[in-house]
Amino acid sequence: MTQGSRAVAFRLNGSDVEAVVRNDQMLLELLRGSFGLTGARESCGQGVCGACTVEVDGMPVSSCLYWAVQLDGTDVTTVESLARDSTLDPLQQAFVESGAFQCGFCTPGMIMMCRSLLRDNPDPSDEQIRRWLSGSICRCGAYPEILAAVHTAAATLCEHASPGRPESHRPSHLGARS
Amino acid sequence: MTTEIGRSRPVLEARSKVDGTADYMVNHARNRMLHGVIVRSTQPHAALDEIDADSARASPSVHSVLTGADIAEVIKDPYYGPAFHDQPILALDKVRYVGEPVALVLAETQHAAAAAAPLVDVGYHALRAVFDEVAACGKDAPLVHEALRPGAAFADLRHLADVSGTNVALHTRLRHGDLDAAWAGAGQVFEHEYRTQQVAHVPLESHCAIAEFVAPDRLEVESGTQSPSFVRLELARLLGWRENQVRVTVPYLGGGFGAKLYMKLEALAAAAALIARRPVRVAITMDEQFFTISRHATTTRVRTRVDQEGRFRARSVDVCWNGGAYADIGPRVTQKSAFVAAGPYRIDAVAVDSRAVYTNRTPAGAMRGFGVPQMVFAHESHCDEIAAAVGVDPVGLRRRNLLAEGDTHATGTRLESAATIEVLETLAATMRWGGEYDRGPGPVRRGRGIALGLKAVVTPTTSAATVSLASDGSVTVYHGTVDMGQGSSTVMAVIAGQTLGVAPEDIAVLPPDTDSVPYDMGTLGSRSTFHMGNAILAAALDLKRQLIALAADATGRSPQGITSAAGRVGGLTFQELMTARYGGQAGTIVGHGSFTPQTAAPDSATCQSAAITPFWMVGGAGAEISVDTETGRITVDRIVCVADSGVALNPDAARRQLSGAVIMQLGMTLSEEMHYEDGQLTNLGLGQYKVATMRDAPPEIEVCLIQHPHPAGPYGAKGIGETGTFAVSPAVANALADATGVRLRSLPLTAEKVLQGLRCLGEGASS
Repeated sequence: MTQGSRAVAFRLNGSDVEAVVRNDQMLLELLRGSFGLTGARESCGQGVCGACTVEVDGMPVSSCLYWAVQLDGTDVTTVESLARDSTLDPLQQAFVESGAFQCGFCTPGMIMMCRSLLRDNPDPSDEQIRRWLSGSICRCGAYPEILAAVHTAAATLCEHASPGRPESHRPSHLGARS
Repeated sequence: MTTEIGRSRPVLEARSKVDGTADYMVNHARNRMLHGVIVRSTQPHAALDEIDADSARASPSVHSVLTGADIAEVIKDPYYGPAFHDQPILALDKVRYVGEPVALVLAETQHAAAAAAPLVDVGYHALRAVFDEVAACGKDAPLVHEALRPGAAFADLRHLADVSGTNVALHTRLRHGDLDAAWAGAGQVFEHEYRTQQVAHVPLESHCAIAEFVAPDRLEVESGTQSPSFVRLELARLLGWRENQVRVTVPYLGGGFGAKLYMKLEALAAAAALIARRPVRVAITMDEQFFTISRHATTTRVRTRVDQEGRFRARSVDVCWNGGAYADIGPRVTQKSAFVAAGPYRIDAVAVDSRAVYTNRTPAGAMRGFGVPQMVFAHESHCDEIAAAVGVDPVGLRRRNLLAEGDTHATGTRLESAATIEVLETLAATMRWGGEYDRGPGPVRRGRGIALGLKAVVTPTTSAATVSLASDGSVTVYHGTVDMGQGSSTVMAVIAGQTLGVAPEDIAVLPPDTDSVPYDMGTLGSRSTFHMGNAILAAALDLKRQLIALAADATGRSPQGITSAAGRVGGLTFQELMTARYGGQAGTIVGHGSFTPQTAAPDSATCQSAAITPFWMVGGAGAEISVDTETGRITVDRIVCVADSGVALNPDAARRQLSGAVIMQLGMTLSEEMHYEDGQLTNLGLGQYKVATMRDAPPEIEVCLIQHPHPAGPYGAKGIGETGTFAVSPAVANALADATGVRLRSLPLTAEKVLQGLRCLGEGASS
């Protein structure tokens, strides 16, 4: 059993933070235990269900398998950063409108996965959404509504983007915060 | 007055679910809390020898290690269970399945407890074990339990007598009509055996409970439970206390599906807290869910006499339910599903023999459908096998035999407010059953199938509720129904809001807390909208009566002359009424309601009853599938789900609940199976146990609601939580037979079994 620990400094939802982490500690435990961010959740504990998904440097990761000691110098984004005051972001709003959840335990992880999908592919097809989310399990079976929510959010984001701009210029709130 | 009924709306807690703030049980903690990690049996059936916990105790941050003997010192009779008091809090004398809790490591952190748990060395003397439900009924089968003691909490389980010398915990017999005469007639007799597999509930949030003795005579438990009232009374019984000394609070649940009913971790957490004199939190992992509770595997033999006109004249159903090592609520599951095991058909005489059987596997209990999906798989596969044999169209055969409104069901109860025929006809129309059908290109064969199921709700059960009015006129609902994603809180707000003339979104629906909310039997069996809905309706009406009296006082009119509309009674707002009554911003008015439906207990020898259920659920499914005959893989292209829902109070949410049930049941149809080798579960955890993902959900899911108002339901509503599950598996199995000629009689319908079936057909054709 590893007993060592070390200090890490990273950005978390736009703020500079520091933490002392065990060498065998996972990012999920750190977020929930030390920062009180409970949107990411442990379900399978082995990186196959997606309930713990957050972004590190703009990439979705399973935080239950991401070593906290690797965080030094990274930029971490969780679902808690998405809503601005009382305004939900377009993906969150689309999930509400489509009823894209039942118990909701998987929802933050699902939204974080969808966020990275729409960043890379602003107008995904059903098949692309299905493939992208195949590692995000919803035991309540809200998949049809999640699919609809992704399309709704894609349409909303498309409207928000200025016409005529190349696709690579996406709305800033979808980019990794820096 | 505008109606709140039947308008689709987002659930009240929608925002908290998308912004990450929803209050799930696993977010909870208490000061000075110890973390418990369970040491589990590695043997399926073994006498317990010494438990050496010295090195675990010496491990960093470990507080203590508890065994069954330690718990028996503080709780004299440490056995629990809703049907039988057969389950020890920690194993005593022997273990009965792999994964049974044997010891509890308590440490300052979850991490430290988990690290120390494998250091506990448990000695076992292996005993002969039995895993198969049919083998366990045999005379020479090893006994899982030497003797049994029924519990007393539920009225519908009072028939359970002390049992010993057998693994059959309960044998339910249903007898209807003149069996001898019905079997004696002409025609053909068909008999088939079907098997369903043991499956896991897998709510994404695993079980978690925290217990704290806040005073020597006062226990507080926080738990992700579906049955807070039962947990309270069972904890009080174990401690020898009164119910009012135990408080159970329930935050939001990350899924339940029946896995979180009755006692799960609460007694263990409470016993540990009692011994350690500190708050104790026990949270299990996803892998451990597979050692906690499951859905029964079954072996079912169905036999039917069909006359020359294609009518079912006699039917027998013989089913063994693999209940695993502890009864949990199995005896209720196996009894209630026996009521409807013969299907929604008009049959002269019916005999059902349903046996709840102990084996050395993970216990089986309630799961979404309460045994009915297993029975529907049997009678609906059987129905299509008969249709094929007598050369009648599957829809036509069902049309000929389906029970209609007013007919007498096999339980002796008349079918009322059950849209059997409409469900079948809607299914046939939506499936375009009479039309042309593309049979598929090349090695891909397409086929379609339908199935129908009927369920009686568990009864008699009680729900009670309180609706209160604050001094500013705002409304709060106190009730014990647990919202775990089904949207119950929203539906309760709709019922209270409609009754009081208040927008449902303006009503606070509090999470269950047994200190302040009245009794509820449990959030299970699709009972909440009907039972709790009626209780809340009654409570809101009680509140309204008081408001009318206040308005009469305030206006000097007679109560009969007072009208109410849109948040006003006698022209005054609720706040004005409160101010008039209490002379300022003060006071509370409380309405109370309780509901227990009028039913008649089934006869103990025949299960006959004049009123077996307060409402019927009817669910149909149609499947269109593609089968790759080179790989055996089934792809579900389209699913139609038709539900007799009563009035849907939140229609979109009802449709979502039904399609979610369909998708969950599809996983159990095509891939899910708890796989055992020598009593060892070999595929625990989501990495190996395959539930439906987004790629498994059919591209087309169509949900049809048949919305006839139920005369006894709140605003015409009844339950639908399980209806979507009933008919999915046999619809797919029937579609497989339609596509390929392969009839699979055991779930899941894996590619391997399909290929094997195709090979057998090929050999049959070439020989």
